[in-house]
Amino acid sequence: MPEAILEVQNLTLKFGGLTALDDVTFHINEGEILGLIGPNGAGKTTCFNAVTGVYRPTSGNILFQGGSIVGLKKHKITQRGIARTFQNIRLFPTMTALENVLVGADAQHSTGMLTALFRLPKHRREERDGHDRAMELLRFMGIHRKADELAANLSYGDQRRLEIARAMATNPKLICLDEPAAGFNPAEKVELMNLIRKVRDQGFTVLLIEHDMKLVMGVTDRIVVLEFGSKIAEGSPAEIRDNPAVIAAYLGVDEEDAS
Amino acid sequence: MNFDFFFSNLPELTITGLAFGAIYALIALGYTMVYGVLQLINFAHSEVFMYGTFATLWVVMALGAADADGVQLIAILIAALLAAMALSALIALALERVAYRPLIKRDAPRLIALISAIGASFVLAELMGLRDRIAGWLHLDDNLSEYVRKAKINNSMAGAIEKPRFEVAGVSISSIDVIVIVAAIGMMILLDQFVRRSRLGKGIRATAQDPETAALMGVNPTRTIQYTFLIGGLMAGVAAFLYMLKLDATNYQVGFLLGVKAFTAAVLGGIGNLRGALLGGLVLGVAENWGQALIGSQWRDVIAFVLLVLILLVRPTGLLGESLGKARA
Amino acid sequence: MNTGLKSKVTSLPKPVKILIWLLLALLAYALPLLEPPILSTPDSDFASVLFTVSIYCLVALGLNIVVGYAGLLDLGYVGFYAIGAYTVAILTSFHASWPLLLAIPVGVVAAMVSGIILGAPTLRVRGDYLAIVTLGFGEIIRLVVLNTEWLGASKGINNIGRPPNVGDAPDGLFELPHLFWGNGTVLLDTKDTTKFLIFGYSDAVPFYWVALTAVIVVLFADRLIKNSRVGRAWEATREDEDAAELMGVPTFKFKLLAFATGAFVGGLAGGLFATQQSFINPQSFLLLFSILYLAAVVVGGQGNRWGVLIGAFLVAYLPERFRGFEDFRVLAFGLALVLLATLRPQGLLPPRRTVRAKQLEQELDELEEGAGGEETARA
Repeated sequence: MPEAILEVQNLTLKFGGLTALDDVTFHINEGEILGLIGPNGAGKTTCFNAVTGVYRPTSGNILFQGGSIVGLKKHKITQRGIARTFQNIRLFPTMTALENVLVGADAQHSTGMLTALFRLPKHRREERDGHDRAMELLRFMGIHRKADELAANLSYGDQRRLEIARAMATNPKLICLDEPAAGFNPAEKVELMNLIRKVRDQGFTVLLIEHDMKLVMGVTDRIVVLEFGSKIAEGSPAEIRDNPAVIAAYLGVDEEDAS
Repeated sequence: MNFDFFFSNLPELTITGLAFGAIYALIALGYTMVYGVLQLINFAHSEVFMYGTFATLWVVMALGAADADGVQLIAILIAALLAAMALSALIALALERVAYRPLIKRDAPRLIALISAIGASFVLAELMGLRDRIAGWLHLDDNLSEYVRKAKINNSMAGAIEKPRFEVAGVSISSIDVIVIVAAIGMMILLDQFVRRSRLGKGIRATAQDPETAALMGVNPTRTIQYTFLIGGLMAGVAAFLYMLKLDATNYQVGFLLGVKAFTAAVLGGIGNLRGALLGGLVLGVAENWGQALIGSQWRDVIAFVLLVLILLVRPTGLLGESLGKARA
Repeated sequence: MNTGLKSKVTSLPKPVKILIWLLLALLAYALPLLEPPILSTPDSDFASVLFTVSIYCLVALGLNIVVGYAGLLDLGYVGFYAIGAYTVAILTSFHASWPLLLAIPVGVVAAMVSGIILGAPTLRVRGDYLAIVTLGFGEIIRLVVLNTEWLGASKGINNIGRPPNVGDAPDGLFELPHLFWGNGTVLLDTKDTTKFLIFGYSDAVPFYWVALTAVIVVLFADRLIKNSRVGRAWEATREDEDAAELMGVPTFKFKLLAFATGAFVGGLAGGLFATQQSFINPQSFLLLFSILYLAAVVVGGQGNRWGVLIGAFLVAYLPERFRGFEDFRVLAFGLALVLLATLRPQGLLPPRRTVRAKQLEQELDELEEGAGGEETARA
């Protein structure tokens, strides 16, 4: 029996009168790629935001490695081991690609003002380690030649790749990718799919929001389907493909959408 | 603490406070509307007001209010009011054109817009302060009357207008205070109805909520922003006229303090909220006047600043909430 | 613009670079003795002007940490400057007679503590609200001083302590002559000398040296902090606060740190200002100065320490050099702010990719050439 790294239990989130998430329960096993899909407005990103601490759940619980993370500050959750990317790219535009990744790597560091000011051994060690790790990740994503470009000057695809590198740099156990393939052409999507598998093979657990059904079916181990804030199905890609409720709610619509 | 003085003069203190508060409220409108539409603190709005005070002073002096009475005096005052409104509106429109529109077009960060506003504020104040020097270069200074030339502290208007007081139930009330309060509240009600009902007002509210959708629905954003500045300028002009009626004196730096206080009033009532501006202005005016009676007039300005800091810390959305603009986190 | 020159300078061997920097520093120290003709100010004491310029540089470096690095608009920076100055004034003259070298650290700490007290509640409010709260803070400090007899009120405080002399008064260890520039001739002026190292009323040169040293130290510290986790956290917070938080940056803590660091430097500048002036009153701490400091930071290019120094130099020096136009300086800086915001929001010298990053690029290229085969095999 694989161990669950993240457990979302009866998660409910209301904004005023609007129920964005209604009693959603699912879990992610260590080392798997879980797809979170659903039509627009189904609550996928809201669910992400609840997991990463942007929204506070109205009720329900979120356990990460057995401990509740509800109510923790966003940066604390990141330091515990959950990292994410954003649907609309949110890099630090006037910092270089390398510096962007270094900010991620700094999440696990503790150098403060005085340590930096006097260049104490800890600063040197963390700086060296962070730098090595950052370059390694940039190379992994295939953008190491652009390490010194400003993030704003990178191509759209490279910005998406940089976001993944930055998230990985925080040394997370769970990495949440919010529509990483949005705006990619089919060839780039295939490349990204392979990349996500490689990310998993490095020992990360992946939670993936994606619109493109081909990509989701091809890469994920299990899929959770949301509609109007409720979970309507859960299972392996093959099961989801044949689930009539999912087809009714989502696939039919999306086929037109995607092609 | 001077409680005896405070309690024995409470009605007078309150009425004077309300009069000042009404003036703050009228200036606050400019801040609140521009903030509602652009999410920008129009730091230079204080100078829009300051120019209005000078316009009032010049017209009152040039038309010889000191020797006029009755219908003639009222005509002069109306002319002064119109002049103040016109000059303030002109300055507000110029501000929008020069200091903001280039930034809005480029979608510049809000801090840059605020810096531009601060710069514009200093340029406007200094131009007024240095106008005697500028006139000197143009060899105009011999032709200028004393009241036009004096920039630092200009109290030429003192005594030009008679200010009768009357008594109600043993409380001595200045007629000017009553005029100020009634005029300000009247203007606010007028404006509130205008924004609620007129086509233009609806456009302003729509732009405040969602500029892109408003633009798609046929609201011209540039025009709407212009009108917002125009209305703010007109109101500042009215405020300037009432201020001069009450205090007689102005100087080229008068805008700064009044601007900060009016902004405090806007935040106090809930920035972006027209009724909030009125409530915030009146509350601030009264609090300030009561406070100075209690702990001494030299602390008057400190009271306003402390109140501002406290509100922002305790309830940054203000008393009535932020309504003109969209809900923000 | 001058990338050719820039790359030539950066490619020089390290000892040569250090030598160039040392020479530049020496030149800066010698400037008030040299009194070069075009640069020196005919209408006012050149050394005093240089001292003022150094203080502005110090203030601008401090404010740059707050505005340029962390992106927090502070319109009341003069408040911290005032706290530093008044602490020194009170401790060395008005209510005690501490030695200056003890009073300045206390003033600096007082400024820093007030920064934390002000920052802890206000750094949570929206950015443009912060600007107004700090503006209010700066004015409250001034008005409180103005109305408090215990703080000297409007009369101010005089006889503020001076740094201890090195060597015996009145002549010090030795005397350094100033240069005199006649018509085409340069003479050593033996009547006009600076005594090493006497902190007197008439000669601002020793004070300038102290202030310049402070600028250099802060410049080094700034560089060390900027190129570290702290500097990156500031920048990330400025660029996108939410994203930074989600990347594990405790943004509030770092904003507070920036605020406190800025206050620290501001307090130091205020303390130095007080001792050189020997007399302070509330007139030295008007809102106008907060705006001038901000102008220095924005004009030079917020976020770039050299740009900021140039901005400080322009703001402090130009009005002294061209005394006839002093009345117009606020007008000029207001105009400069509008023009910069509308035409060149990044300032004269915007922050650019660091030299370190450039070097890395070269290293990478070399590595690439060596390991090209392996790379293609992996891909």
